[in-house]
Amino acid sequence: MGHPILNLVAQRIALGLLLLFLASGLIFIGTQILPGDVAQSILGQSATPEAVANLRKELGLNDPAYVRYFEWLSGVLQGDLGTALSNGKSIAEGISNRLQNTLFLASWAAAFSVPLAVILGLLAVQYRNRWPDKLISGVSLASISLPEFFIGYLLIYFVSVQLGWFPSVAILNETMTLGEKLNAIALPVVVLTMVVLAHMMRMTRAAILNVMQSAYIETAELKGLNPFTVIRKHAFPNAIAPIVNVVMINLAYLVVGVVIVEVIFVYPGMGQYLVDHVSKRDVPVVQACALIFASVYISLNIIADIVSIVANPRLRHPK
Amino acid sequence: MSDNLLEIKNLKIGATVYPPGEKPHDITIVHDVSLNLKKGQVMGLIGESGAGKSTIGLSSMSYGRGGVEITGGEVFVNGRDILQIQAQGLRQLRGREVTYVSQSAAASFNPAMRLMDQVIETTILHGLSNKAQAEERAIELFRSLGLPDPENIGNRYPHQVSGGQLQRVMTAMALCPKPDLIVFDEPTTALDVTTQIDVLAAIKKAIRDTGVAALYITHDLAVVAQVSDEILVLRHGNMVEHGTVQEIIEAPKEEYTQELVKAHSITHEEKKPTDNPILRVENISASYSGEIQVLKDVSVDIHPGQTLAVVGESGSGKSTLARVITGLLPPSDGRIIFDGKELTPALPDRNIDDLRELQMIYQMADVAMNPRQTVGQIIGRPLELYFGMKGAEKRKRVIELLDEIEMGEKFIDRYPAELSGGQKQRVCIARSLAAKPKLIICDEVTSALDPLVADGILKLLLNLQKIENVAYLFITHDLATVKSISDSIAVMYLGELVRYGTKSEVLSPPFDDYTDLLLSSVPEMKLGWLEEVLAHRKMESAGN
Repeated sequence: MGHPILNLVAQRIALGLLLLFLASGLIFIGTQILPGDVAQSILGQSATPEAVANLRKELGLNDPAYVRYFEWLSGVLQGDLGTALSNGKSIAEGISNRLQNTLFLASWAAAFSVPLAVILGLLAVQYRNRWPDKLISGVSLASISLPEFFIGYLLIYFVSVQLGWFPSVAILNETMTLGEKLNAIALPVVVLTMVVLAHMMRMTRAAILNVMQSAYIETAELKGLNPFTVIRKHAFPNAIAPIVNVVMINLAYLVVGVVIVEVIFVYPGMGQYLVDHVSKRDVPVVQACALIFASVYISLNIIADIVSIVANPRLRHPK
Repeated sequence: MSDNLLEIKNLKIGATVYPPGEKPHDITIVHDVSLNLKKGQVMGLIGESGAGKSTIGLSSMSYGRGGVEITGGEVFVNGRDILQIQAQGLRQLRGREVTYVSQSAAASFNPAMRLMDQVIETTILHGLSNKAQAEERAIELFRSLGLPDPENIGNRYPHQVSGGQLQRVMTAMALCPKPDLIVFDEPTTALDVTTQIDVLAAIKKAIRDTGVAALYITHDLAVVAQVSDEILVLRHGNMVEHGTVQEIIEAPKEEYTQELVKAHSITHEEKKPTDNPILRVENISASYSGEIQVLKDVSVDIHPGQTLAVVGESGSGKSTLARVITGLLPPSDGRIIFDGKELTPALPDRNIDDLRELQMIYQMADVAMNPRQTVGQIIGRPLELYFGMKGAEKRKRVIELLDEIEMGEKFIDRYPAELSGGQKQRVCIARSLAAKPKLIICDEVTSALDPLVADGILKLLLNLQKIENVAYLFITHDLATVKSISDSIAVMYLGELVRYGTKSEVLSPPFDDYTDLLLSSVPEMKLGWLEEVLAHRKMESAGN
């Protein structure tokens, strides 16, 4: 037996791997029960039955499903995501660039929205039930209530078309400097921030208010600490676990839920890549994308769990 | 200017209450209270719950808990009216001139910070000294308060330290910035008697060594008599009596103070054991999740119509014994014989008659009742379940029971929220009596009640025992209660039975070391008791 925290963390990671394995199974099953035959759709309606049969054989579609599943899985484990049916290229290559773009967008959106949400949450607590709290809650609720495509088009119309501040289409290429890239993704970042802000801000507010009921907050107030120090030193460290959880869920959303935003701004990320290949019935690509999304989701949630474990002084410093 | 450190003049404190089903309205919690405290003096504020003693104590820091508001009067600390100063000035007062020690130190420390950082936080915040000096002072305080390993205890987190120790660390935290006044709010109430005495001694020594003035708030007159110079008796937010400790203890003028002084005056003639015990606990051992053994080979008898008191500090296994007898925790070894036949170990296997004959009353009456049921429904439920009573017959029996607990028919349609603490406990007693049990397990039933109310409950229980011939297994940590109601006593310590016999046997010398410690730790209502006891101790409490 090592430190109890190591055991707990190891347990979480093991559970995460198991979950990922189950997710891969679900993804495979899901793509198998999709209607239509892959070989047929590649060759088109006019293909001869012989040609279809040959292609099926070539693609290994005649093997039982579980054989194909384990072949696919062992490929994935070796870093081989397979080849795209639509263009015959390696999926790993196609995806890596897209994934980088998506992560680029997501991380800037996160870098912007997470601190903003936490700071707004802290401000809302400090001025709770007064106008700053109501203003923050109202605005963030309004922004989450509007669909992201609506916000996206509003921004394109006013900020991009009318004011001409930022480009309406977020296209990246290798030759751009960081500043140019940031300029290009400014509008999608704003949209994403508005979508995830309210959830994180309200959770921060609720978690801290919950802690504010504790006797140790009264102790801190009776020590003569100023209200912001009370929140920062005594309330916030005890509210980290729920806050981190909701932050991670929103980070996951920034990666896997950006499909609509990417489409609106024609951004060359994973979301658009996935949508393109779904319409082309390119099953291996869909599977690969889904698996990447699943692993992002699961690993961010593992991180949230681990942070919660490590943030708990009872686990960190056992008796 | 007078030499008063704290001067409270005609203080009035109010709050808005939101009773269910009524319009919110304002109530007055403290009516017109005045007191003066000189430098280095200790004033005891005493009264039952709702007397306004904590509220008055916190007013010396210009702090109102919850919706409490100071509505009138003046509070002077070091000559300035603190009710008039703004937030910025209050922060200079709090934690620097006046500090606070709460009842539950365990809840009052930030669980995510090391003790040392919390203890010296105020000293550093107010710029009274640098970190190294503050830590040095804290270690010195830890040492003088008798904490183990004073050099390193500050590196621990709150959950790594016992309750009695935390209470002393909190005292160190209050002393660290060298305040002029400390408000002690029931600092030993949540502790075992054996631990209480050490904390009390530490607080007394700290007050004497540093010359700090203190407001000492408690409901226990015997405790306050040990540390105070003067006592102010409060009731329902009014001043009842004010005097020196000697005046209050030895010659109380007001009737209410006299009652407080002679609380625990119930006497009970001990009955002889019979040949046929109603409950025989034979060599019971028990453990939680098969690992931690909490009961080791315990055997006791309870005789019909008699009371066995089980005493011990927290962790002694006394409540676990009750869980084993009721079947909530099947024992790992041993037998329970009830009324001549062996009981099945686990609750779900017992038949309904066994369940009926063995009832329980809990410490927290308000959480032991469904808040959405009326008193009539609560007491009527066992009548329905065990005897199939309905309608008028059931109502008649409920009224009989309400009369037996000295409450009467007018309470039948009330909800628990409309009852006082003592009344709630009475309803719980009536509910258990409704089953016509042969044995009632009373688990700390008076611990959450004010002394006078608790006395009323004990008298009622003794009375009912005479009428119904019911036996009690009375679990408590309070030896005064034990002396007043038991026929036999079992003393438990760390899961073992250390002493067992009739009341007169157990309470007569020679004592084993633990029973001696336990008996001598019960605060007595006389001056100088604390010093006397500390001079004669042989061992320390397990919680220390």
